[in-house]
Amino acid sequence: MTLDTIHWVIIGIWGILALASVIVFAVAKRSDKDMSELVQRTQSWWVMVAIFTLAFLVSKTISIIVFALISFLALKEYFSMIPTRRTDRRVLFWAYLSIPVQYFWVYDSYYGMFAVFIPVYMFLFLPFASLLSQQTDGFLKSVGTLNWGLMLCVFSISHAAFLLILPPTPENMSGGAGLLLFLIFLTQFNDVAQYTWGKLFGRHKIIPGVSPNKTWEGFLGGVGTTFVLALLTAPLVTPFGMLHAAAAGLLIPVAGFVGDVTVSALKRDLGVKDTGSLIPGHGGILDRIDSLTFTAPLFFHFTRYFYY
Amino acid sequence: MLQKAFYIVIKIVVLFLLGLNVRRKELLPSTGPAIVVANHNSHLDTMVLMALMPLSRLQDIKPVAAADYFFSSPLKAWLSKNILGIIPVERGGANKSNDPLKGCYDALSQGKVLVLFPEGSRGEPELMTDLKKGVSYLAERFPDAPTVPVFTHGLGKALPKGSFLLVPFFCDIFVGEPITWTGDRTQFMTTLKDRFNELSSEKNFAPWE
Repeated sequence: MTLDTIHWVIIGIWGILALASVIVFAVAKRSDKDMSELVQRTQSWWVMVAIFTLAFLVSKTISIIVFALISFLALKEYFSMIPTRRTDRRVLFWAYLSIPVQYFWVYDSYYGMFAVFIPVYMFLFLPFASLLSQQTDGFLKSVGTLNWGLMLCVFSISHAAFLLILPPTPENMSGGAGLLLFLIFLTQFNDVAQYTWGKLFGRHKIIPGVSPNKTWEGFLGGVGTTFVLALLTAPLVTPFGMLHAAAAGLLIPVAGFVGDVTVSALKRDLGVKDTGSLIPGHGGILDRIDSLTFTAPLFFHFTRYFYY
Repeated sequence: MLQKAFYIVIKIVVLFLLGLNVRRKELLPSTGPAIVVANHNSHLDTMVLMALMPLSRLQDIKPVAAADYFFSSPLKAWLSKNILGIIPVERGGANKSNDPLKGCYDALSQGKVLVLFPEGSRGEPELMTDLKKGVSYLAERFPDAPTVPVFTHGLGKALPKGSFLLVPFFCDIFVGEPITWTGDRTQFMTTLKDRFNELSSEKNFAPWE
């Protein structure tokens, strides 16, 4: 078996993770503060990277299924934490059913349907399904919240999976797989970078009414680091020239930040700290993919507009 | 054998379709005699509690259930007996000549772990009703058996009474400190109620009307 560039990039990611783990381990050992959450968080990263690598190496279909499962878990988390109506049980069921359908369009490379199924068909169908119960108390709130959840957890995330089936081009032999790797790696790396810069140098709060721990230093430091990393990795796995690599290097960290604080606003409104407890040290799955809900569709359309 | 296969399927369904957030699982009794007491919202309650126990212990864990419901048809009776391993209790049987709790006493003296729902019925989902006193008789007869309260939330949303459509929700399972017998039935029930109140206020649950 020959190793393609993309395999080397995956090996690189494992290397970064190993290095980060050594640093966290060393810091945790020397510090007298309780670092168990950070250690737990690092351990969870190993599991997540392992699942992702495995899916990635086995097949496209498996990777699409993994994204469908992520959408399912995220939507379940969302429905479990928001107020819902008992009469809407059936409507929630239909919302869940849209996941296999939406990811089937991905698998089928049926772009036209992929792009309209949730924002048009489910958008029109859910309120109809809801009114069948003839309970109009809370109808508006219910339809609004259910549709938003579907857009965030299913529609947005499915764009990451759709990257996978973009074909290779002469400038980019690794095709969609390379683009997906680029998106996921930079989105997640940016989360960690913003967190780390904020922890080390954070002084000036950026949006205290929504997320009191976010600072300008964290935001700018993260954007800078991700930007440099985007310039370095874009030639390996994407068709981007330097200008487009720079644009993607700004788009991903800025959109990631907005996604992050959007889910923070939701959590604050509901009075919860985490969206769930699925990933030890991180919270719920929505806590982990909050930035991806914004970066995936934006990065997808950026790429599609210029290259496909 | 059949029971094990059944609970392997249940475990997969419970862990994947629902997803559990269990707090203090280690407080669940691993050996009998012991009594697990939970609030009752759904048929899933028994399934989930059983799914939390190790497969090897299944034979020693006995859900206590209403005879009038679970033995109402031959099929239900067969399932209840052979798969779920239910101990039937006659509801409203206090004025009959034979003790309705006899099956429970027998099981406890054989060192089994009883799972029971002192609300007596699933009732309105996610609303707790008064606890029936039967459990205090069990505790009095077996003062050394710990009574472990388990509060569950979400199972009534996923599969409420009267529905056959399972809608996935993450469910919370909060296990409480065991209660030991102090010599008084009323006091025992008060302690149990307090323990349930504490457990149910551990988290703000999403409204569900």
